[in-house]
Amino acid sequence: MTFLDYAPAPESAAILNLRDEYGLFINGEFVPGNGESFTTISPATEKHIATVSCASEQDVDAAVVAARRAYDKTWSRMSGADRGKYLFRIARLVQERARELAVAESLDNGKPIKESRDVDIPLVAAWFFYYAGWADKLEYAGLGPNPRSLGVAAQVIPWNFPLLMLAWKIAPALAAGNTVVLKPAETTPLTALLFAEILQQADLPAGVVNIVTGAGATGSALVNHPDVNKVAFTGSTAVGRQIARSTAGTSKKLTLELGGKGANIVFDDAPIDQAVEGIVNGIFFNQGQVCCAGSRLLVQESIHDDVVERLKARLSTLRVGDPLDKNTDVGAINSASQLGRMRELSDIGEQEGAERWSPACNLPSEGFWFPPTIFTNVSTSSRIARDEIFGPVLSVLTFRTPAEAIAKANNTPYGLSAGIWTDKGSRILAVADKLRAGVVWANTFNKFDPASPFGGYKESGYGREGGKQGLHAYLAPSAFAGSSAFKGDAR
Amino acid sequence: MSRLAVPKTYKLYVGGKFIRSESGRVYEVATTKGSFSVSSVNAAKASRKDARDAVVAARAAVSGWSGTTGYNRGQVLYRIAEILDGRRAQFAEEIAAFEGVSASAAQAQVDEAIDLWVWYAGWADKYVQVAGNGNAVSGPFFNLSVPEPTGVVAVIAPQSAGVPGSLLGFVRAVAPVLVSGNTVVVIPSEKAPLAALSLGEVFATSDVPAGVVNVLSGSPAEIAPWLAAHADVNALDLLGAGELEWVDLQIAAADTLKRVLPPEPGPDAGAPSLERITFFTETKTVWHTKGLL
Repeated sequence: MTFLDYAPAPESAAILNLRDEYGLFINGEFVPGNGESFTTISPATEKHIATVSCASEQDVDAAVVAARRAYDKTWSRMSGADRGKYLFRIARLVQERARELAVAESLDNGKPIKESRDVDIPLVAAWFFYYAGWADKLEYAGLGPNPRSLGVAAQVIPWNFPLLMLAWKIAPALAAGNTVVLKPAETTPLTALLFAEILQQADLPAGVVNIVTGAGATGSALVNHPDVNKVAFTGSTAVGRQIARSTAGTSKKLTLELGGKGANIVFDDAPIDQAVEGIVNGIFFNQGQVCCAGSRLLVQESIHDDVVERLKARLSTLRVGDPLDKNTDVGAINSASQLGRMRELSDIGEQEGAERWSPACNLPSEGFWFPPTIFTNVSTSSRIARDEIFGPVLSVLTFRTPAEAIAKANNTPYGLSAGIWTDKGSRILAVADKLRAGVVWANTFNKFDPASPFGGYKESGYGREGGKQGLHAYLAPSAFAGSSAFKGDAR
Repeated sequence: MSRLAVPKTYKLYVGGKFIRSESGRVYEVATTKGSFSVSSVNAAKASRKDARDAVVAARAAVSGWSGTTGYNRGQVLYRIAEILDGRRAQFAEEIAAFEGVSASAAQAQVDEAIDLWVWYAGWADKYVQVAGNGNAVSGPFFNLSVPEPTGVVAVIAPQSAGVPGSLLGFVRAVAPVLVSGNTVVVIPSEKAPLAALSLGEVFATSDVPAGVVNVLSGSPAEIAPWLAAHADVNALDLLGAGELEWVDLQIAAADTLKRVLPPEPGPDAGAPSLERITFFTETKTVWHTKGLL
């Protein structure tokens, strides 16, 4: 063992008390689905974790009916203070069962336990805690007096941050007074189902939150259900477009949080060691399976060689392997299909002339694995500089002037995130002003907070999650006619 | 003997210039009542190419217009009101003759339009304070959210005569989009385009930079689909598209994930609101690291 080798330090999965089979969570109870059940596996071992029901169109309808009934009879009539108390309860239960949820998340998703334990689950609790306090203060949200809830919210979330994305969706929806039908991703339903148990423990009234598991067809049935008032989707831009098309002409309020190809801009006066940590965090956090990942490194030409050298040295110390090992930095890729996409795009990158580099690392033989990878000599027209790879793959490009950095950063149909590394405060402010991205991190990257709005420009979607802006996605001004019309201030 | 009038040629307003349609087409717009110098005029009929040229002009104007200070934009919008106020009689005459409303109703419409420019002008240096905020995050960061203009907005102005009418409807649609620094391509009322085309002359003499407002008279049914599908248009306001196949326009807009406002019917269509400003903005949140002392 060299000094950089660590003895295994696996987190015990004994804390989990999983069932063999999970039904759909409709009207406060687990019920079997009418679709064909599927299994959820650990992407690190490909081993079976549990069998999960698939919601058919009929099941989705039952869930929407339950949500509508809960909205009409219970939730929309409850005081904001009481809605808030339920959300506080949920926040506390998440904190109490945090370790169990972290283990389940790492098992089902493949992400390192240190991330699920220190990032995902604490943020889940924080999100519920933050929005709990909004529930009886909605008149301060900036939409005028007595803003109104919308009704039943249909929410479809991705697999990269399964429980965190659930929290981003459910917490503001409930605080604003809506009821929810949520579909977790097909490959990561586990923590949403544990969350349903938490809702039972919290005595949340039946039907206020319903969870329907399944694949794309289930999600499509949900967002296209005629009795849904609000659709919130996080996922790929391609699916986002489909949803925007299918909800066109309806009164459903739509928010979309889609893909990205974030630029991480490093100026020559940046604190290089900190920047290198930020670059690593920006693209290798959660195996790069992050919509706001800093997947395009724009580094000033004069420091390119130095940065790349230090980056390679740093990557060589990353520990890739068992997600449940507390020392692991980079875990498993979530699914075989995602792994296939990473391989395909990386091969294209090589064919298009970029230089590929990965540290030496022994990948496990079972499961889905992709080594941390950087591409240098990447041209702006290359697929790996334009397409969202959604994996631990960094494309390195260079620039000479701030104007060139801004032009290259904005040269994408996406507009979700960006990073700026420089010691010069005035430059941060000037560059941040010009970047067409919804979240800009200056001398940091991939920071999230329930008080901080998150969401994209351009084809990265519309609407914001987090902060009071996140509430607006689930509220309408009181004069709102109920469908599409804005009724403004009377002059 | 009465003097022989010199009627105006009503042309498109694109990139700060008054141009004929590249297609050479015009369509006849007839007076419906009242006295006007001539009984009908030929308005330019914009083509697909004109629409694309207008988007190019609007895109080119984004960085300049959005880069001005709110104080400056507010003064420019206020100047539109000033210049329009000096031409009240001309606009009232056009509206009365081509919308078929009474002289007093036409005058009231012009006055309300002027006042609305004043109201929106005052928002230009304030909407950021109202819609943005500092965020107290759990960590050593200074975190600020500010709304910014979304870019190029295509607008279908209210089409029906009466209330709000061709001029007021146009201003209700266009003014809030301009407040934050967006640029616009507008299709005015097809039946009564003259007030909008004359308003181009007001823009041209109000320090509104070329390309910030582009006015395309003609058939919304013909031009709107090209704007809805155009990849360099960021948002679509269907305010006056209720009589069109507007769902198809919204579907076309989904391809590039444009922000879309649906049609509004009736006299309250496009009623003044802060939401009409903020809908065409994007919230940007910037995290600044705080150093250790």
